[in-house]
Amino acid sequence: MNCDRCKKKFTDIGKKMKIQKKIRGRVWKFGDDVDTDQIIPAQYLVTGDPKELGEHAFENVRPGFARKVKEGDVIVAGKNFGCGSSREHAPRALIGAGISCVIAKSFARIFYRNSINIGLPVVECDVEAEDGDEVEVDFEKGIVEVNGKRYSFPSLPSFLLNLINSGGLVSYVKSKLSKLEKRC
Amino acid sequence: MPTISEKILAEKSGKKRVEPGEIIEARVDYVMLNDVTGLPAFEVFKEFQTEPLTDRVVLIPDHYVPNKDIASAEQAKAMREFARKYKIKNYFEVGRGGVCHQLMIEEGFVAPGRLIVGADSHTCSYGALGSFATGIGSTEAAAVMATGKLWFKVPETQKFIVDGKLNRYVMGKDIILHIIGDIGVSGSLYKAMEFYGSVISKLSLSDRITISNMAIEAGGKAGIIPPDKKVFDYLNGRVRGDYREVYSDPDAVYSEKFEYNAEEIVPTVAMPSLPENTAPASELGGIEIDQAYLGSCTNGRIEDLRIAAEILKGKKIHEDVRMIVVPASKRIFEQAVEEGLIKIFMDADAYVSGPTCGACLGGYMGVLAKGEVCISSTNRNFIGRMGHKDSRVYLANPAVVAASAITGRITDPNEL
Repeated sequence: MNCDRCKKKFTDIGKKMKIQKKIRGRVWKFGDDVDTDQIIPAQYLVTGDPKELGEHAFENVRPGFARKVKEGDVIVAGKNFGCGSSREHAPRALIGAGISCVIAKSFARIFYRNSINIGLPVVECDVEAEDGDEVEVDFEKGIVEVNGKRYSFPSLPSFLLNLINSGGLVSYVKSKLSKLEKRC
Repeated sequence: MPTISEKILAEKSGKKRVEPGEIIEARVDYVMLNDVTGLPAFEVFKEFQTEPLTDRVVLIPDHYVPNKDIASAEQAKAMREFARKYKIKNYFEVGRGGVCHQLMIEEGFVAPGRLIVGADSHTCSYGALGSFATGIGSTEAAAVMATGKLWFKVPETQKFIVDGKLNRYVMGKDIILHIIGDIGVSGSLYKAMEFYGSVISKLSLSDRITISNMAIEAGGKAGIIPPDKKVFDYLNGRVRGDYREVYSDPDAVYSEKFEYNAEEIVPTVAMPSLPENTAPASELGGIEIDQAYLGSCTNGRIEDLRIAAEILKGKKIHEDVRMIVVPASKRIFEQAVEEGLIKIFMDADAYVSGPTCGACLGGYMGVLAKGEVCISSTNRNFIGRMGHKDSRVYLANPAVVAASAITGRITDPNEL
């Protein structure tokens, strides 16, 4: 199915998955326990389209976010980012808004899984930064650099790296199905 | 040495033993989707160009049904059409079903030792019957429909022990709010919670479901209670297929242990805007309310309606308050009619509706306006959760909700 507005396949969002070696972006700073109702309020859960969802990202807690955010921007947050609902609409909204990576001290587990599965890079790292700072994430070296300070983060377990580099969960499942692995 | 979680995940991944931190692929017994998380999953599923494992898929429209608007009608239609296209029998149409987690349990999908995933965060509710059950995303749900398997990181397990004697009007809700107030909303992040102690053993299954249901509000991956006779009796004549109960070994390794004395737990309220922000209901008597909500997967069962009806019997709801009562399933609604509970609510001037999740997530059927305050038996009090960003939600047990509806301010029912 194609989205009427962005003409992208819904499932294409996982395809830019192969993590780029490095990204640079402008920081949007958030605190602890940012819940998925803040990321995308429930009244918009009547579509799965990232662009449409992205237009309402953080609408209640950061009015104007969707208007001001630029492609490639990065979220830097505290602990437990993405807590609450299992709605995949939350990472989809961030992708739709143009966010290239979320760096947080820790993540709520369903948000973390969803992000990995659909191709939103997530980095578990306690980083000091403010709105508008320039941040660089080096995924190969596992380093975040901002305001002249460097922070290291552990690399993902190899299973998850393979999952990401094979193009996300959709591609992973497709390849399993094509191998005619016996379903049980 | 394994915990309940480790044993279930080992068995389902065909291994003798799994260790916390290990990533496994495991066979899933059931995957559940609702109308909101279903649509994105069906779109992803098309990519796989395969048939779903129909016997293991359960489709339950509940969030925005009966349809709240055209977009939600389309969403519900997508689920109905998916069910028809693939002849999925486990589809529960409006009027036949109810709130997904209650229905999963009532319909016998949930049983000890099972591994169940659901595209809804409160899937952890099923831990109350000894399942390892956890919330997942839509893309993952599509993958499970196609392959019957999913990857899991084996969690560490925390042990929670509640002993002593429960105070009057203290319910499962107060126990879990007390625990979350203690450990915080990320206190169980990436971890499984297991609940033990004399208080947990004596609790009704309904109260246990409330505890497991809110494990996610502490960040927990699962909230498991060892199954006992109450569970086996409940499943008798109800459960689909066979099951085998699983218990932790006596020397199981827990990452942490927490012990609580029930005497210290009082009717508890979580103040805005996080479930960890707890206080005794008796200390919040100055907070006036506009709405009292009784329902949801957390507290919409017959036991919840009974205690609220006991408090409301022969009383009227405060003139400045509207009370909304939403039984969590058709069966509960029917039982509440038979027991005369619905008459008590209506005589008290409460509004009663058929099952839906609507109000709990600010969808419809009880959305709050700017500045309004709701005392609610639901599970989340985040900013804007039930409506306007400047509305406020206080979470409480059904008895506190009923007592507050009468007085018009947050009230510990022991004060009535």
